[in-house]
Amino acid sequence: MSTSANTATISPGGMGVPPVCGAGSASPANLQTGGTPVLPERNQTIDVSLGPQHPSTHGVFRMNVTLDGETVTKLQPVFGYLHRNHEKIAEGNSWLAAMPYTDRLDYICPLTNNWAYALAVEKLAGIEVAERAEYIRVITAELTRLQNHTVFLGFILGDMGAWGSALMYAFREREKILDLFESLTGARMMCNYMRFGGCRCDLPAGWIQSARKLVDGFPAFLDEMEALLTGNEILLARLQGIAPLTAERAINGGLSGPCLRASGVDYDIRKVENYGVYNRFKFRVPRGSTGDCYDRFMIRVLEARESVEILKQAIAGIPEGPIVNPKAKQRGFRPPAGEAYGRIEGPKGELGFYLISNGSDRPYRFRIRPPSLINLTLLEELSIGTKIADVMVILGSIDIVLGEVDR
Amino acid sequence: MTGVLEAIRDALPSAGVEVLKNSSPCAQDSLVVSAKDARAVAEFLRDSLGYDYCSNVSGVDWPARKVKEEVVHKESVEGVESEVKETVEREIPGCLEAVYHLYSIAKRSGLLTLRVRTGDRKNSVTIPSLTPVWKSADFQEREAFDLFGIHFEGHPDLRRLLMWEEFADFPMRKDYVPPDDFEYEPTPHDAILAKVKARTEAA
Repeated sequence: MSTSANTATISPGGMGVPPVCGAGSASPANLQTGGTPVLPERNQTIDVSLGPQHPSTHGVFRMNVTLDGETVTKLQPVFGYLHRNHEKIAEGNSWLAAMPYTDRLDYICPLTNNWAYALAVEKLAGIEVAERAEYIRVITAELTRLQNHTVFLGFILGDMGAWGSALMYAFREREKILDLFESLTGARMMCNYMRFGGCRCDLPAGWIQSARKLVDGFPAFLDEMEALLTGNEILLARLQGIAPLTAERAINGGLSGPCLRASGVDYDIRKVENYGVYNRFKFRVPRGSTGDCYDRFMIRVLEARESVEILKQAIAGIPEGPIVNPKAKQRGFRPPAGEAYGRIEGPKGELGFYLISNGSDRPYRFRIRPPSLINLTLLEELSIGTKIADVMVILGSIDIVLGEVDR
Repeated sequence: MTGVLEAIRDALPSAGVEVLKNSSPCAQDSLVVSAKDARAVAEFLRDSLGYDYCSNVSGVDWPARKVKEEVVHKESVEGVESEVKETVEREIPGCLEAVYHLYSIAKRSGLLTLRVRTGDRKNSVTIPSLTPVWKSADFQEREAFDLFGIHFEGHPDLRRLLMWEEFADFPMRKDYVPPDDFEYEPTPHDAILAKVKARTEAA
């Protein structure tokens, strides 16, 4: 190897001639006059259509990404592949018939969807909820949050390239929670469990014991997951400092749930509105500081730990009694004319239902506030300037389910 | 609600704002803001009253409807006064409505419901977009445009969100009739068939 080869880095012929980049600087006139060399044009961008069939888009979701090299300069989400106009279907059915449809929104978390709808209807018609049912709702909702955040841990690792193993461990834990749901509601995912003023059926014998066993064992799983993941060098390199988000932008962009709190906003609807019986339990609201992908990741782990605390208290304090308000009518239900907006802190964010009744047996207007869709509002803002591989991680850290995005 | 209304009237005396009562037990009343003042009112709510969080935007379709009202008036027949009840039919013109649900994260308060109405359902369907005030309205206003046909003036990127671009109708409107077959389009086969038929009939 000649000495000149050291100065001239790589050249195709191995002749030691400095490589010429781009057409501009190759202009002989430019070289002869001794003027500043013209740099090659760097605005050559490429449009990539990511999805809709892509394992990292968590469903049928497409992003039109414009790339400069590997850097994202523009990103346009394309929705609607799973659109079935849930709202129109619900407006053509009775009030109760909309309940099973809510399972299909965020199909990872059917029970919180049920609760949000039941809560909105209860506000609309002024129905009181049986106390035991309130506890069952808290227990099932927090179990839902646990399994959602567990699955999130698996999926985001998949988005980073650790395809399979983390998800397998997450699904192993989720399976146990789904077993509980199955024994309670008869279905693992399409639960259709809440009713106006309460729940559909009482807890089966031994359910509380199995739930307590699961809850007691859950912190060990979280410890194991954290030992494997949170200090991992690759994970830190892929998450820390990626797509930070200030609190002001997060609020203005309508982010909710873990994504909002990761940016340092202390806002949890369980605390702010105290719906259900959440004021009876002691729990903390974890917050992030910079709002980067790592904060959005860690906030789920911390929230899962708080959910375990709520579950312990709720399981210990569940009272006996009826599971549904006997005065609440289910079939042939006609709420008085008027409107109501009810919302809960779903695992993915603020899940709200805006209902207008004209006094008939079906909703006049049935609107869902989908946290998954609205959390994507800032996706472009977060992604611009990052590498294409990071877009997957950003999308994963927002945590969407397409059944809810497209409705 | 009255406090918010007074604050708006103090700051923006010319703004057309009124309270709409909600008859449901939850009594979430709402503010109806005229379209021309919506932007100014929204900015005032965000900057001065702390409503920094626009949670939900939904379109509502109100077709023209007839309301029967009982009117009591006095009538005197041959010097004898009596009260006469009469049923009067009154027509309420139709409109489209964008409903904004606002919260204040800074003050941990809410809910404030804001309603902006279009002139009618056909020709004047334009209302100002509030996306420049609250970015969270972006996709939701696009959805209302897509499914209800409300045109948001000043929206940075008003395109259909869920339906495909070529779709012509607004499926969430009350008078929308879904087609029997969404994917029907005349195929070349049918066109050729028609040509053949026309030719055989001519012969």
